[in-house]
Formats: sequence, structure tokens, C-alpha cells
Amino acid sequence: MESLKDKVAIVGMGCTYFGERWDKGGEDLIVEAAYEAFEDAGIEPKDIQAAWLGTLFSAGSGCGLARPLKLGYIPVTRVENGCGTGMDAFRNACFGVASGMYDLVLALGFEKLKDFGMNILPEWFSGVNPVFRFGHSSAGDFALTAVRYFHKYGIGRETLAKIAVKNHHNGMLAPKAQLHREITIEEALNAPIIAWPLGLYDCCPRTDGAAAAIITRADMAKTFRDDYVLVKGLGVAANPGTNRVRRDYDFVHYDENVSAARQAYQQAGIKDPFKELSLAEVHDCFTITELIVYEDLGLCPRGGAKEYIDAGAFTLEGEMPVNCDGGLKCFGHPQGASGLRMIYESYKQLQGKAGARQLKNPTLGLSHNIGGLPCEGTTATIAIVGR
Amino acid sequence: MVGVVSYGAHIPYLRLSRDEISKAMGRASIGGEKAVANYDEDSITMAVAAARECVKGINKEEIDALFFASTTPPYREKQCSSLIAAAVDLRADVSVADFANSLRAGTNALRAAIDAVNSGSAKLVLVTAADCRLANPGSELEQLFGDGAAAVLVGNDDVAAEIEASSTYCEEFMDQWRMEDDSFVRTWEARFVRQEGYMRIMQQGISRFMETHGFRVNEFTKAAIYGLDPRAHRDLVQSLGFNLKTQVQDPLFDRVGNTGCAFALMIFVAALENSNPGDRLLLANYGDGCDVFSFRVGEAITKIKGRKAIAYHLGRKKLLPNYAAYQRVRHLVTSEVTPHPKDDMFVPVLWRSRAEILSLHGCRCLNCGEVQFPKQRVCAYCGTKDNFEEVPLSDKRGTIFTYTIDHMTPSVNPPTVRCVVDFEGGGRMVCVMTDCEPEQVAIDTPVEMIFRKLLDVENAGLHSYFWKCTPAI
Repeated sequence: MESLKDKVAIVGMGCTYFGERWDKGGEDLIVEAAYEAFEDAGIEPKDIQAAWLGTLFSAGSGCGLARPLKLGYIPVTRVENGCGTGMDAFRNACFGVASGMYDLVLALGFEKLKDFGMNILPEWFSGVNPVFRFGHSSAGDFALTAVRYFHKYGIGRETLAKIAVKNHHNGMLAPKAQLHREITIEEALNAPIIAWPLGLYDCCPRTDGAAAAIITRADMAKTFRDDYVLVKGLGVAANPGTNRVRRDYDFVHYDENVSAARQAYQQAGIKDPFKELSLAEVHDCFTITELIVYEDLGLCPRGGAKEYIDAGAFTLEGEMPVNCDGGLKCFGHPQGASGLRMIYESYKQLQGKAGARQLKNPTLGLSHNIGGLPCEGTTATIAIVGR
Repeated sequence: MVGVVSYGAHIPYLRLSRDEISKAMGRASIGGEKAVANYDEDSITMAVAAARECVKGINKEEIDALFFASTTPPYREKQCSSLIAAAVDLRADVSVADFANSLRAGTNALRAAIDAVNSGSAKLVLVTAADCRLANPGSELEQLFGDGAAAVLVGNDDVAAEIEASSTYCEEFMDQWRMEDDSFVRTWEARFVRQEGYMRIMQQGISRFMETHGFRVNEFTKAAIYGLDPRAHRDLVQSLGFNLKTQVQDPLFDRVGNTGCAFALMIFVAALENSNPGDRLLLANYGDGCDVFSFRVGEAITKIKGRKAIAYHLGRKKLLPNYAAYQRVRHLVTSEVTPHPKDDMFVPVLWRSRAEILSLHGCRCLNCGEVQFPKQRVCAYCGTKDNFEEVPLSDKRGTIFTYTIDHMTPSVNPPTVRCVVDFEGGGRMVCVMTDCEPEQVAIDTPVEMIFRKLLDVENAGLHSYFWKCTPAI
């Protein structure tokens, strides 16, 4: 088994403003993200040889991408892998290039959630009998992990509030984020409860958005730009759905995160992620998810998240900045777009173009999603990019 | 010797003070409380609850028939007793029948059960009766009606109360009825219904029964008699010569209300709960005529005294805060439930998974021994394929591993308490908790399983049932 490390490069990226884009349709978002990426890479749409479209709810086949961009009759594949949809579209595009089949491809993810007219997500067919799923919401499912984590490690809602406050602060520095609002610990704690113990500020919003990447062979990257970004490692792991079945599942960790991270770290040659990674964009659909992900990815020891959070380790100024752009908390979570939006943040940081939130000399950026619900098992996706 | 072998009952956890109805509707209160089916209860789920308690400790393989009586069956066309049999987890070749339409349906079913055992066509027959009738908002009947269920197991072995004699009498009489599309019970002038209906028919029926079988009123320890309303019930038993203080089983008007075709059987179960060997009990039911039975309580009554029946449920209750809450749980107002497509709840899916959905069966891996729910093809622990035995989980107790109090999930009665339950003896299940105080739920709370409605599938026009957990006491 070969490593993917340094075989493919990102030479252009685009990302729309994320938010309630009432006046824009899905096709508008695709055009917005794709043309920013084309321009960034200095290419024309006709240069694209193949494309991968990531969307969970908002389009059917590859035509959903070919149509707005008029891509002609090139291969376009629609990818769907839960909340990791965008990340997996990127991964498949990387494989298309790494295989030698294509030299220049597009990975684009988008979601137009605000057209569905409900304050929850549309039903996503997961293969689980709906009777067994009855009575769940996404917040409720992740709250099950919070109650258990609180019980096991003796922490409380204040620790989760610190994550929300950090991400809201970072979001202030990200012009493309949906939410631009500083919050305080008190505001987070006093907000209405959504699913105990998660309150309003523990939850990410539902959002419209799109993001895109132009990917080429590493040996060709220099023909596009000097500050290209290399793919260092990609990991995916699908939980076999045993959390709701096996009594030894503890609801305070995700084996799929651990496995996906192991795959990506191995490819990238990372031994100590806390020291070696410059930044991590992780899946913070709910604050408790971000907290557990710290531990799953080895950014802190099991049960040690509170100590690291209290020490400020994951802030922009900390040793291991997490969700520098405000994360899902401020960007919302259009599932098809999120993974690519996270990679966009690493890409911009590595190029030194992250504006007010720019880190000092970053070298390696990790992006991470989990897709699905804790009860049914999630699919974890990880991409590590670097200089 | 044929008679009652066991009994069970169910009174909903929710109660409504009649003063709240009075406050909301501007009519005088008749006082006391009525039992109100929760948003996820109906006649089927209440019958299942009473039936499961009734057969606790009984070998269910030996039950030959199940009868279900209700004037409020959830389906106009489609058998309910077959669904109840699946939830109680009876044999596949059990004989089932629905008794409907009459307030006397409960004792109609009881007579049929006694006849079946007498004839030898069945050895054990489970009789269930449940009703949750609605009356016009603001009417006296609305205050009077309550929801509930009773179950009795009829057999000829280990009989706790032997049937001594019975009689039946039928008369066409318009006292309370519903037309094809009526949601609320209709009635005629109260004085006519009371005098020419209830009082006359019951007086005649019970007097003739006494004469025919040579009973004297003072030979009965307790009389469990259907009551039209508290006053009519009192007037009737006194006119028959029963001592109101010592001989008459309390019809629970002040705590439960008139529970339709389950009413007489529920009062009878209450009488059985307090009976002693040697007691003689009268059971008399009303509706389009009357049914009268005499029972002699035997030694076997002492073996079934621990059943969670009327006394248990009277003590386990939660008062609804107001009339609006009652309207919500009884689906009398349209709640703002966020549209959530459940289009994938197809009938073939429900049918295919019926062992899990209706009978709460999981599986046990014959290689590693681990219990799993729902049923798996490949073992979640050891990976062995298709090497399982089916195991029933509905009678297992469990504890809460983790939970949430979810205000986000669409519900007519938010918040939704969702739990991860670990069963004693193995197995885990994710399910909703019902009949609980959300703020009292905690990790390690002991729970038991209860059969409830999930939701009405609007586009399919069907009721969907499944198991939930409830705090165990």
C-alpha cells in the first residue's frame, strides 16, 4: 500500500460566503465557489478533465455540477458520505489524479439547506429502520455523548461554553462566516436548551454554502503557482453501526475518528499531532463533538480536554489552534461544502492569506468531519495538507 | 371449575382535575380527577399494558385465545387483537377476536371466554378491554369520561375466582352512541337515559339474576357494578339493597372516571385485588342490556395479589397542568409539530421487522452469547454470520446508560426524553422514555419497557407502534 503523501497538490480554491443565502440558489453558490477557484488557479473551466460533486441533500447526479458550470461531457461523480461529503469528494478527486488518469480535476461541495423550510435537517436515509430512529434530532443524539462525558469526567456545561466562545471569537475574523458575534460564557450558559445539556450556542446553524478545490499532480503544481499546497494524508473510517447495539460502546469517543486519524497520520508521517500540526479544522456540529474530537485525534489525552481548554491550548494564540475560522459554529454546516471549506482555511493559512486570523508560519493543517449520528455510527473523514 | 386465573389493569399516568375543565369551559365541576391517556396511548396500547401485567409469570405458550373489547379501536377496519397478541408475544396460532361497539363489549368478551373454556375449545383465554372515549368539550360527559384498560385471564386451572353463575339480557336502547364519523359521544336527555335506561335495565337484570340463581344481596362480599355517573351508581346499588359502605366496590369516579367498556372490568379487578378466599363477588355491566356474573374467590387469589393493577396505577400519576395540556395530549388541538418527512415508514418495512417492532425481540449470538437489538445478520461482537436465536426483551428491566432531554425533536408533548437503555442480561436499545418527569431522569435510572404509539403516519394513514421505556418502580 503506497502513501498518497506529496503526490497531488491543490492549486486553486474557492469558497462562498456562508449564510442564509435566500437570494441565491444552489447553482449560484456552485458558480461562485468554482469561479473563485478557477481564477485562483489561473485556469478556464474547459481545462478541467474530471470533477467530483459533494452534496448530501441538494442535487442528484454529477449533472448537478455539470449543468451550472457547463462542464461539457467530462466525467462528473456525485459523492455522498454524510457530513463528510465535501471532504470525501476532495479525497476521490485526489485519487483520480494520483491514479494517473487525470492531470487537473475539480472537487466542489455545496448545500442549499435554507430552501427546505424547516428548522431541522431533511430526513437522511441511513438504512436504519425509522421506527428504531424515532424521537431523535441531531442535537439530541450528540447530547447523549455530552451527558455521558459529563458523567464520566466530571465536567459541566461551562467547558462546552468555552469552546463556543472561542469559535465565535474566531468567526469574527472570518469575513465569509455566517455568524459574526462575540459571545460570553454567561450568554452561552443562559441560552435556551435545545437538547439537554446542549444549549443554543452549543449548536451550529443550518447554512447555505459552497467550496471548491482545483487539484493537480504534484509535479505539475509549479506550472500553476509557487504557493501550491500538497496533500499529505487522507483518512476515512465508517463505523459499522454498533454503537446502538454493543454495550461496550461508551458514548465518549468515536473509534472512527481514531481510525481515520491513524490512516492520515501514517501517510503524513505524523507522530505527535499536537506538536506537528499547525492548525486543525474539526467537526464542531456541537461543542461536545469538538471536545471529543480533540481526544480522538490525539490533540490531548483521554479525559484531558477540559485541562487543555482551560489552558487556552486550542485558541488562535494557543499551541494547537482549532477552528481558526470559527468552525461549523460560525460557518454553519452545509454538509457538501463543509469539508472543502475546512481545507480552504488550511490552504489560505499555509499561503499566508488568512487575514486577521493568520497563524505564524503554519506548515501542516488538518481538516476533519464526522458524518451521521453517534447512535448509528458516523463516518469520519480527515485530510491533512501542508507546504 | 372455570373462572378468573389472573388479572391486570392500566390507568394512564396522566390525570386531569375536573376543576381545570370547569375553569376552561365555564361549567360547574363535578370534582375529582379523570385519567387521561397520554399522547402516545390509545386503546391498543392500554390493552397491551393491562394484558402484559395479567400474564406475568404465566406460561404464554398455554394461552389459546385473546379477545379485545373497545368502543374506541384505533382502526375502523383492521383487527386490533392480532396486534395486541403480537405485542403480548402470544403463540402464532392463538385465536383472536375483537369485540366492539357496545359499552358491554368487555363483558361480552368475558362471556365468550367463559364459554370457550367451558366448551373445551380453549384452556386459557386472555380478555382485554380498553377505552378512551371523547365527549363534546364542555359537556358533562367530558368530565365524566376517563381512560383505562383491564385484562382478565379465564381458565380452569389455578382459578382465583370461580364463576358461579351468569346471565345476560339485551335491549335496544339509545343512551350513548356515535355515528360513523363522530369523534364525540352523543347522548339523549340525561333523565331519560338514567331512568328508562340505566336504572330500569340494571335493576331488572340484577334482580332477575338473583331470583334465577337464588342469591340474596347480603351473600355478596362486594358488588362491582358499572356506573353511569356517581349519583346513578349510588341510587342503583342502594335501590338493590346493597350496603353502600361495605358491599359496593368504589367505581373510582373521583380518580379515574367512566372508562367505557373497560369500566366494569376495572372495578371488578379492583374488587379482586382486595378480595379474600371465600368472598363472593358480583360483576354487573351495562350497555344495550346488561351482563351479570357471580364469582367465588378461591385460595389461588393469594398467589396473584402482587399484580400491578388498579391500586398500583392509582398511586402512580401526574396531574396535567391545565385543560390546554389535556387538549394537546388527546390531540384535540393541532400542535405546531415541525413537518418531518417520515415517508420511509412503509408498511412492508413495518411488517418485515414485526418481531422487533411489535414483540421487541432481539437476537443472541450462539457463538459469543451477546444479546443484540435490533436483530443482526452478522454479530456486532464476534462477526459470526447468521448464527442467532431470537430473544424477547419486553419483560427485561434496564438502566439508563445515557440520555438527553430533547426540545428539538418534533412532538405533541415536548420535550422528548431519549435514552440509551442497557437491559439486564444483555442487550442495548436506543428509545424514547414516556410517562416520566424529564427533570428526574438520570444515568442508571432503572426502567421497564412499555408498548406505545410512535406517531400517526399521515401520508400512509396508519398508526405506528413501538416500545418505549418508562421509569421502573
